[in-house]
Amino acid sequence: MHEWALAEAVIATASEIANKEKLKKVTEINIKVGELQQIEKEILQFALSQLKPANFTNTKFYITKAKTTLQCRNCGKTWLFEKKKLEETTAEAIHFVPEVAHSYIKCPKCGSPDFEITKGRGIWLENIKGTK
Amino acid sequence: MVDPRTTIINQRLKKIRRIIAVSSGKGGVGKSLVATTLALTLAHKGYKTGLFDIDFTSPSTHVILGAENTKPIEEKGLVPPTINGLEYMSLIYFTRDQAAPLRGEDTSNALIELLSVTRWSELDFLVIDMPPGIGDAVLDLIRFVKSIEFIIITTSSQLAFETVKKLAILLRELKIPVIGIIENMKMNPSDNIKKETEKLDIPFLGAIPYDSSVEEAIGNVQKLLDTAIAQKIKEITSNNGL
Repeated sequence: MHEWALAEAVIATASEIANKEKLKKVTEINIKVGELQQIEKEILQFALSQLKPANFTNTKFYITKAKTTLQCRNCGKTWLFEKKKLEETTAEAIHFVPEVAHSYIKCPKCGSPDFEITKGRGIWLENIKGTK
Repeated sequence: MVDPRTTIINQRLKKIRRIIAVSSGKGGVGKSLVATTLALTLAHKGYKTGLFDIDFTSPSTHVILGAENTKPIEEKGLVPPTINGLEYMSLIYFTRDQAAPLRGEDTSNALIELLSVTRWSELDFLVIDMPPGIGDAVLDLIRFVKSIEFIIITTSSQLAFETVKKLAILLRELKIPVIGIIENMKMNPSDNIKKETEKLDIPFLGAIPYDSSVEEAIGNVQKLLDTAIAQKIKEITSNNGL
């Protein structure tokens, strides 16, 4: 449950922002997860619900998935990441550390491993809302 | 938009008493062998020790340790396996036998990921095998690991020391503790590196003699700990409060 470790990071960061913004209650947290990391939304949602501190009691967590766009630095080709094209062990390795995609995925046009993950890498905290 | 991973890093490392990066301005000076032998030596002294290989594009500590058939356990993150008494983590568990052609931003992201999800236990020491140079890894560790200390490795060559000097000066300017400089693969009696190190006002931790027989100890920890290199590293740790 790699998602658990990421949920801890989300809660720690949201708490830090809530303290900085002097929010007494956090009502909403918007999270974006890139498809490359293949985070299980349900597991992440469950982990967040288990880890939330007192001032997050009624917090709603909204998790949105984002498509992963890759762009070849060698020939400029842009394409979308597709998990179904990978072997299970490879998909699992990319789940743990998305950058190892460079070890397994090549540009479909020129075969180069030198591509940029332009969108949808991993987990991002979009914003948090609350009351002062 | 905020990357939540960076907030959790110091919490992941808070149970580790000392975090030592084994670094050099130059490649090929024996960092990985010194880092691995240092970690094994500390573990054999009875300290709870971890070894973290962040030379992502050219990892080799797994070969030195003979870490085949091990892998991290997925348990609310990644729990590093224990190999020859060391908790161990490397990107090799995920790249396997493939090359890792990573640019700077990817290197940073992979390091942040592993720092934020690896669940080290309560350790006395975490030894970090660094990639060569003063690049992303050095800057990221300084940025994210509040209690980082460095041991810098050079050879007897002026070419190696020239870059080591720059790394040492940079760390001093940034007020990052440098435990000292080790002269590795020493083949001549000259004390030039010792004198040059002292001019920098940095402790000279000692010189490790060149030992061609160490190649036979790669992958065999017991043999490695019997080498002259390991004996010297043991002496260096005892003389420097490690």
